[in-house]
Amino acid sequence: MAKVLVVTSGKGGVGKTTSTAALGAALAQTGENVVVVDFDVGLRNLDLVMGAERRVVFDLINVVQGDAKLNQALIRDKRIDTLSLLPASQTRDKDALTEAGVERVIGELREKFDWVICDSPAGIERGALLAMRHADVAVVVTNPEVSSVRDSDRIIGMLDSKTLRAEKGERMEKHLLLTRYDTARAARNEMLKTEDILEILSIPLLGIIPESEEVLRASNVGAPVTLNNPTSAPARAYFDAARRLKGESVEVVVPLERKGLMSRLFGRRVA
Amino acid sequence: MNLLSLFRIKRDTAPVARERLQVLLAHERAVIGKSDLLATLQEEILAVIAKHVTVDRSAVQIKLDRGDKVSMLEIDVEVPSAIAIAKGKGKGGQSARVPA
Repeated sequence: MAKVLVVTSGKGGVGKTTSTAALGAALAQTGENVVVVDFDVGLRNLDLVMGAERRVVFDLINVVQGDAKLNQALIRDKRIDTLSLLPASQTRDKDALTEAGVERVIGELREKFDWVICDSPAGIERGALLAMRHADVAVVVTNPEVSSVRDSDRIIGMLDSKTLRAEKGERMEKHLLLTRYDTARAARNEMLKTEDILEILSIPLLGIIPESEEVLRASNVGAPVTLNNPTSAPARAYFDAARRLKGESVEVVVPLERKGLMSRLFGRRVA
Repeated sequence: MNLLSLFRIKRDTAPVARERLQVLLAHERAVIGKSDLLATLQEEILAVIAKHVTVDRSAVQIKLDRGDKVSMLEIDVEVPSAIAIAKGKGKGGQSARVPA
């Protein structure tokens, strides 16, 4: 049975799109049939992070409005054939997304894929609400930083009240994905610790993605980090998170960057 | 106070973040969940103050005015005379205006 997952956060810039691409690719790399859907109408970026920006012909709004068939808008990844992208519109008004239209498209995607991963826009407006509306599972992306934790708390409240599942009185599954985490700084009490954030938000932990240069490196070349450098620390953390989404129990560890001799000697000075 | 502790004060900021968040979110959840916000606020504020100074609950004056549009929560806490306050007044006041 297909699962619809929303990647959300409230706050912008915490890593929703990076995490959507990485989790989507990680699931697809293990043979699952995955589609990642960009809900950020007007500010689409998932296509760019996935390296498919020049292949966009039709988009979510075209499909919602019936101007294109779903198959015409879906872009299959060139590296993993079980991974597809449904891009957002860059030119249209975000009001072009209708609730009934989104419901129909999500329903069609459920038929075709094992996982439908919706990349939510930032904020708590219509776009974010539509992205979470039909979700079975939510991944709340949070940075260890006060404004991000506050916004995540707000989004958790909305997941528990504004989604279809919540309205039907069903349980909305929510997971915390902690990104840009720096174990050393947390140990020095310079950064909120995982347990602090878990205590404040009280939702289960899906994974801890360490702060890493690999994330920017991957988006520079248009590849999810799990594809671009599968053995890097953030990629391993995303693979673990993907396994937990599939229901496997994997112990949470923060993967460390494997540094070569040169970067170990000079890394700190450069950074 | 030695040189080391000077540095430590500047760096140990995570506990401050944690505490600020706990107080703020208790407040915001109460507003959104429409529970008894003012009661929550009162307890949280006193808890925070109690972390820094010994608060004698009998010396705390709480004034609560509930209105339709705006409610007032006034908390007056007597802070035991510290170095700076000792010369002037022995009373530090805190009040919060909360739309209900």
